[in-house]
Amino acid sequence: MTRPEKREDASPGRRPCKPLNTVIANCPPSGIRRFFDIAQQMENVISLGVGEPDFVTPWRIREAGIWSLERGYTTYTSNSGLLDLRQRICAHLNRRYGADYDPVSECLITVGVSEGLDLALRVVLNPGDEVLVPEPCYVSYAPCVEFAGGVVVPVKTDACDGFRLHAERVAAAITPRTKALLFGSPANPTGATQSRADLQALVDLAVAHDFYLISDEIYDRLTYVGQHTCLGTLPGARERTVVLNGFSKAYAMTGWRVGYVCAPEPITTLMTRVHQYTMLCASHLAQLAAIEALDNAEPDVEEMVADYDRRRRFFVQGLNRIGLDCYEPRGAFYAFPSIRRSGMRSEEFAERLLMEERVAVVPGSAFGPSGEGHVRCSYATALPLLEEALERMGRFMRRPAPDRLDKGEAPALRISSGLGAGQGA
Amino acid sequence: MTTQKMREILKILERDAHAAPDQIAALTGLPEEEVRRQIQAWEESGIIRRYKTVIDWEKFGEEKVFAFIDVKVTPARGVGFDDVAERIYRYPEVHSVYLVSGTQDLRCVVEGRTIKEVADFVAQKLATIDRVNSTSTHFLLKKYKDDGDIFAESEADHRLMVTP
Repeated sequence: MTRPEKREDASPGRRPCKPLNTVIANCPPSGIRRFFDIAQQMENVISLGVGEPDFVTPWRIREAGIWSLERGYTTYTSNSGLLDLRQRICAHLNRRYGADYDPVSECLITVGVSEGLDLALRVVLNPGDEVLVPEPCYVSYAPCVEFAGGVVVPVKTDACDGFRLHAERVAAAITPRTKALLFGSPANPTGATQSRADLQALVDLAVAHDFYLISDEIYDRLTYVGQHTCLGTLPGARERTVVLNGFSKAYAMTGWRVGYVCAPEPITTLMTRVHQYTMLCASHLAQLAAIEALDNAEPDVEEMVADYDRRRRFFVQGLNRIGLDCYEPRGAFYAFPSIRRSGMRSEEFAERLLMEERVAVVPGSAFGPSGEGHVRCSYATALPLLEEALERMGRFMRRPAPDRLDKGEAPALRISSGLGAGQGA
Repeated sequence: MTTQKMREILKILERDAHAAPDQIAALTGLPEEEVRRQIQAWEESGIIRRYKTVIDWEKFGEEKVFAFIDVKVTPARGVGFDDVAERIYRYPEVHSVYLVSGTQDLRCVVEGRTIKEVADFVAQKLATIDRVNSTSTHFLLKKYKDDGDIFAESEADHRLMVTP
């Protein structure tokens, strides 16, 4: 990996500029990104590092997008997004979870959950406010909190109880500056889901200590065990909860960039204010495609979910068989096995697995320090490839560690520097 | 075993006749022995009729000619169209025979090596059957999708190697 030399810097007579924003400059690049650069250059790699569906968007949805282009729907929409779409979203959440959001004043269409998350943090936080974030967690949570002027307070979760988010642990991290709790269920990278009772305990804490709840529910449809609970429907939660969701995972629409937030009117009003000045609106084309998704793609969703579920069972069983102990992930499309038996740290494991067996996984440390000792494997990959990956990983695990070291195959490409550093906390 | 699990096993086999019981067990979370017994029971009862392979003969280089032949039949008391349909479907070159609504009665798919071979079959065998009034033949020019299988290059995976 050669980096282009920055000749400009060396050129004489160039005058220095003022330093850029320190918060952003100090935020390390994503550990995932670094890993990607390496894997992308290699051949014959089976990637289990992909955080998106392996399905292409169902044809009926793509066709709706094509149709809307042909018809010339190439304009802005209202800032909040198409009312038709907001009405369908609110009806959908009501039907599935009993949620009660007003499409006009409590629902906003965003450019994916990513924008929704940014908006929620920006309107909730004042500089220095603390945000409780369970760890390991999605790579964007901590940087987004910091960009919004907040301070991340990590709350550790463990594999031994399926990454349950204990109310006691959350309570222990609460301070007078605690402003919000941000978490996802089902979660990336662990695949963990939180039970209704545990969620209620978190809501009760939020009420007692007066903080907001930002609930990332993008994987809601990818719940394989039990039922998903929309956080905003729990008693006491509604007025302090921002529900983030979108079309990327359930409908395999990651590249369309369309999501939504549902929150009580005062929060939605402020989020809409930021959105109207910074983003104007989500893509018109994607919004029309999303309408088709909600109207007609339910059978496609069910088919895809059933397929993920089969692969989940197959893959998790396979991981346990080859010595990568893995609790049962109940949602999303990730397995987050322990690599304890390998005797390696997660970066080293991921790096060597890539170099020696050409399987790309993401080191757990990319998701915060408590992700150490694990790797994230996405099973959103064709079954034959999963089988082959398990084969290669099994071979990797069987090879005695000294042998691996003695072979002198020092990886040509180092990726450990800075990998995962500062992620999540 | 729940009906849902049974349906799941059947769907896996419908998509991949090759799927082995241990693999199906892993995919469904059922014990391997139970899967094996269930499949055997289906094979015996005829719910699973047989296992077949979808082959792109054109890709293999083998020329095959298919024709859809719509047949108009005078039905007879007591048997309707069944006896004529049977006389047709017993020919091995006939792939499928359906009774359909509309102006025609039977729709057949016939396979041959050349257009002439199929045309001869229609003229000499099919059209001469008693109570067959007329036939109309449509030769297949290109197969896009057959029985749920798309006969084109599948869409490439455009995903990046590693994403959050």
